[in-house]
Amino acid sequence: MTTTPTGLKYAASHEWLAADGTVGITDFAQDQLGDVVYVELPEVGRVVEAGETIAVVESVKTASDIYAPASGTITAVNDALSGTPELVNSAPYEGGWLFKLDVTIEGDLMDAAAYEAANN
Amino acid sequence: MNQSPTEPLKRTPLHAAHLRAGARMVPFGGWDMPVQYAGVKAEHDAVRNAAGVFDVSHMGEFRVQGSGALAFLQHVTTNDVSKLKPGRAQYNWLPGVSGGLVDDIYIYMVAPDEYLTVVNASNIAKDWAHLQRHAEGFDVTLTDESDRWGLLAVQGPQTESLLQPHTDTDLSSKKKNAFFPAKLFGFDVMLARTGYTGEDGFEVFVDASEAETVWDKLLAVGFTSAGLGARDTLRLEAGFPLYGHEFSDTIHPLSSTYSWVVKDKTHVGHEHIRAAPTQTLIGLKLDRVPVREGYPVKIGGEVVGHVTSGTSSPTFGHPIAMALVNAEHATLDIFDVEVRGKDHPATRVQLPFYKR
Repeated sequence: MTTTPTGLKYAASHEWLAADGTVGITDFAQDQLGDVVYVELPEVGRVVEAGETIAVVESVKTASDIYAPASGTITAVNDALSGTPELVNSAPYEGGWLFKLDVTIEGDLMDAAAYEAANN
Repeated sequence: MNQSPTEPLKRTPLHAAHLRAGARMVPFGGWDMPVQYAGVKAEHDAVRNAAGVFDVSHMGEFRVQGSGALAFLQHVTTNDVSKLKPGRAQYNWLPGVSGGLVDDIYIYMVAPDEYLTVVNASNIAKDWAHLQRHAEGFDVTLTDESDRWGLLAVQGPQTESLLQPHTDTDLSSKKKNAFFPAKLFGFDVMLARTGYTGEDGFEVFVDASEAETVWDKLLAVGFTSAGLGARDTLRLEAGFPLYGHEFSDTIHPLSSTYSWVVKDKTHVGHEHIRAAPTQTLIGLKLDRVPVREGYPVKIGGEVVGHVTSGTSSPTFGHPIAMALVNAEHATLDIFDVEVRGKDHPATRVQLPFYKR
């Protein structure tokens, strides 16, 4: 069983957004992707719109686009992923976070219950 | 793979077993197939270090019989089928009439005037039509036995020792490409010492109705179930070309440097195959970023080819790829591969990447 913590907001495209602007992919998404081997992160300072392609997570088999769950400016990226991309698999809500956004407008996001219902 | 949305995916005799095992199923060549069970890397490692079992029942089997069987097979393939003896198997190509390959195939000699061939799942209908068309004038009977057989590939260094207690045949006496009837867990099967992973192993031809029982027994004696994901990373490390990627109707087959498959004889399309290919298949290794099929391969900003298969190698821990590049560039050592608009350096390495 994959987990969906309450207190986060979720995009239909499987990104989570924390109140402080931290973004990652969900446990469900990492489980679907399988072994993550490479993560391409955006540049700090980039201004993005909700729904824009902003990062790429590559598993052994395939490359998957990551979309911005909110509009805003990238304030930080998770440099640990360059050496240990498998953190996305092992700790998708903690050490495997992708980047932080200074959010201006949120996209169309769900709470944990709605996200779980959508992916059952 | 193109799949018409109105056409239901076909199922192998092991479909229920895959679902029970919690496999992630994907459409592949018209079939609903397991891409992974526990995870690609774990399954890949199991085959490299121990033993794994793949369901390859989606592949097609055609029986070729009659006094003209050998002459017919010599006409439609590039390798020398006359070198086969009963109980031996041979890798071979089905050339097209105007260059390119209809498919790559395995031919198993059952007896004089009787052969079994195994073809790629996505090409079954195309191959069947091609062979029917070229059978005219030969005393030969073709039978499509694709639905009759379950086909399991058991692969990895522990394969022989895990199988031996459950069969009546001394497996150590059977060399690569041996093909023989045997009892396995009490069932009548055909075993072939062949495979597609770069490891030692066998392929098990079993009656479709008995395939699930044999599969379950293989798991019970220590084989790890492995899906299409691991099959692809294993074959790519072993440098094996795959139809639809390194081979096609339009790619010159000698680009793959498998020139030994073409023997000095007259066959369908022979005049095209003997023309020198303009592209060469090379191996590339990258530092970090995985490259995928279709990505441009460049020299000094100029596109000189494209990636045909790419992955992150579970064995080596870095990305590897095969690429078709212009023949005149094939001896260079450093290329760039364009990934999402950015060029990344790639070093040419000898194929295969992995050799047992």
